[in-house]
Amino acid sequence: MKKSSAILAVAALVSSTAMVNAETLKWARAGDALTLDPHSQNEGPSHTMRHQMYEPLIIRDTSGAFVPTLATDWAPSADNPNVWVFNLRKGVKFHDGADFTAEDVVFSFERAKQPNSDMKELIGSITAVRAVDDHTVEIETDGPNPILPSNLTNLFMMDKGWTEANNTVNVQDFEGGEITYATTNVNGTGAYKLVSREPDVKTVMVRNEEYWGRNDFPMEVSEIIYTPIQNAATRVAALLSGEVNFLQDMPVQDLARVDSADGLMVKQAPQNRVIFFGMNQGADDIEADNVEGKNPLADVRVRKAMSMAINRDAIRQVVMRGQSQPAGMIAPPFVNGWTAAMDGESSTDLDGAKALMAEAGYGDGFSIRLDCPNDRYINDEAICQAAVGMLGQIGITVNLDAIPKAQHFPKITDGKTDFYMLGWGVPTYDSEYIFNFLVHGRESDIGTWNGTGFNNADLNATIKSLASNTDLDARNADIASIWRVVQDEQLYIPIHHQVLNWGMADNVGIEVDPEDQPRVKFFTMK
Amino acid sequence: MLPFILKRVFQSILVLVITGAIAFSMFTFVGDPIDNMLGQERTMEDVERLRAQLGLDKPIPVQYFKFLNEAAQGNFGVSYRQGREVSEIIMERAPATLELAALSAVFAVVMGIALGVFTAIRRDGFAAHFIMSASLIGVSLPTFLIGILLIYLFSVELGWLPSFGRGEVVEIGGWTTGFLTESGRKALILPAITLGLYQMTLIMRLVRSEMLEVLRQDYIRFARARGLSERVINFRHALKNTMVPVITVIGLQLGAIIAFAIITETVFQWPGLGLLFINAIQFVDIPVMAAYLMMISVMFVVINLLVDILYAFIDPRLRVSAK
Repeated sequence: MKKSSAILAVAALVSSTAMVNAETLKWARAGDALTLDPHSQNEGPSHTMRHQMYEPLIIRDTSGAFVPTLATDWAPSADNPNVWVFNLRKGVKFHDGADFTAEDVVFSFERAKQPNSDMKELIGSITAVRAVDDHTVEIETDGPNPILPSNLTNLFMMDKGWTEANNTVNVQDFEGGEITYATTNVNGTGAYKLVSREPDVKTVMVRNEEYWGRNDFPMEVSEIIYTPIQNAATRVAALLSGEVNFLQDMPVQDLARVDSADGLMVKQAPQNRVIFFGMNQGADDIEADNVEGKNPLADVRVRKAMSMAINRDAIRQVVMRGQSQPAGMIAPPFVNGWTAAMDGESSTDLDGAKALMAEAGYGDGFSIRLDCPNDRYINDEAICQAAVGMLGQIGITVNLDAIPKAQHFPKITDGKTDFYMLGWGVPTYDSEYIFNFLVHGRESDIGTWNGTGFNNADLNATIKSLASNTDLDARNADIASIWRVVQDEQLYIPIHHQVLNWGMADNVGIEVDPEDQPRVKFFTMK
Repeated sequence: MLPFILKRVFQSILVLVITGAIAFSMFTFVGDPIDNMLGQERTMEDVERLRAQLGLDKPIPVQYFKFLNEAAQGNFGVSYRQGREVSEIIMERAPATLELAALSAVFAVVMGIALGVFTAIRRDGFAAHFIMSASLIGVSLPTFLIGILLIYLFSVELGWLPSFGRGEVVEIGGWTTGFLTESGRKALILPAITLGLYQMTLIMRLVRSEMLEVLRQDYIRFARARGLSERVINFRHALKNTMVPVITVIGLQLGAIIAFAIITETVFQWPGLGLLFINAIQFVDIPVMAAYLMMISVMFVVINLLVDILYAFIDPRLRVSAK
């Protein structure tokens, strides 16, 4: 493929001068897709790349609402509560001209359930996928699953015939270093086709003129040139110099500069990610503090006082340069279960915090270590530094230990930290996902990111029942009651919702997606 | 002579094994690769399964021995981040780094010698003073800052040269080259200057001081007395005699150019080995880190070995004392 890239580049150059309305999207972000195999590596930049060329049954729009894609409509079956029925779009063709049918959907689900697939956890509840006719599919789960469609928005459809003909039915063995036909070639139904790809260097795609939605979407970009640029200053320089006209992963300190530059603008939207601190309240004594024989974090008054000492507006203005929304709960605003009231529950009250500390018997304060990543979230280390000063005002001496994410996250999952920063995004847009990972007591396959030691049997049972509760009103009532406990217990100290920024040339028209997943078919080029 | 060489080769292998052992014991401090490889939805079972599959549950000496054993057979394992053979990735990335290093070396040598000679001959001129002061910037400013400054001047403000990447490359028999296309040549300019600037100032200052030394020698004075032209004196007699130490330094610095291309490659998103290594550190991609570090240490050890052997050829006293 690389051998022909020079020839193709020349060809693309010739054709782009020949076409009248040729518009090239020169797109850069920090990282590259890890592989093109649609069912390997469940990871942001990899999904972003696939979304241009492959399609799932359903996608979400920028508000988080479902948008029919390869499925036109879907509903739970009237006969069997464990079954969802999906009606497929007719007249859809893969890039090689083959028709998209129910057989391909069945095949793709089976492929995504293979042991090497990274998507298998998301569809773990599915027991069978059946083709009823060419354009109807039934998906059966091991119990009623009211939020099944939420798990399908990154599950891409492949062509059974192409995959079999090219001997790539098995998902690549990524850890084993396997290269298959599907890791370097693409045959999707998507709006763009792969032209050439050099991993970590450049990927070129062209518009699929046969796309089923060619007239339904703007699709004004005729060619995409995607180049990862790792260094933040170089990335911004490339945008300023016009070498790229669309940029993800904008550094916060350069926003004003890009926005004020001629011909460039920055667009922003709240991101599907909330930043917070976790505290180990479960242990009798903790290792990271200077209090012997007891655990100050086990006292809810101490946790409340710590939350009250954090001045979220100051963090927003000083550390984040306005690029955050102060948070009162650890759910992003798009998520089912989020309420404005609960998200506004955090307030700064130093006198109240000091009174609570005194009441809990820690009027003289204590000292504790805060573990913080320094390369994961926007200004993560600076936020922690600000928190150190704020907690110092109520007598808590915080020793900050800021380290790279590859060392920080194992501390949380292995229970080696008592006070830590974590950020969380919710791909399913439902609170159940948060509860499963952050609120349910820690077990081998649930509560894996709950480093607080919180483990409430009743709450655990309620969380587990959410998965199969088809009475949506009752389910939402349960979600609200679980949130009430999380809030009252001050299980976490919410800091803020991250804001996402995309930089672009003035002629590029696109709204920011909260999941950081631009889909080029929606782009306009004036 | 042969016992001397054998002894040096044996010492070199020992150095390599120790370097590798140090590198391997450092990897545990970089972090846990499993965390980057599996998404946030992973279960503890997934973690344990992958850890066992990669052999990361074994003690460090066992992991190191396995690496040495496989590396000796030319197998450097599979990149955790890219899921491809490390040797294949390194072969794919090497041309970018080698082309950049070669051009930087040419730039450093040609400009370094020319400016060194110039500042030695016109040692009191305004231009020479200016060059000497400016060269202080070259040695004192960090590479990434020079790179960013060049990008802002030539890419953002003037728009003459690209700020990142290699441009269009042409593949010839497994080697990709940027020399054959206009965009490829343009893309080489800024990174090559950034990478070579330090070496250039170093060579320039060395040539200058050596030249000043030589120009004071009697034979230069006699040459002048014989009525030879200044050009012949400066270039045929003086410069030639300054070259011995300069060539030694150039040889050693060439290794440094390849090894320290890391920062330049990161700033310019140059798809070479340095960028590969930085990515590997951030992802805790142990096979890539191990292969890169071993490769660089082999390179330095080989260069030093050759230099030692050359010295022995030049200076018989070393041969005698080695016995």
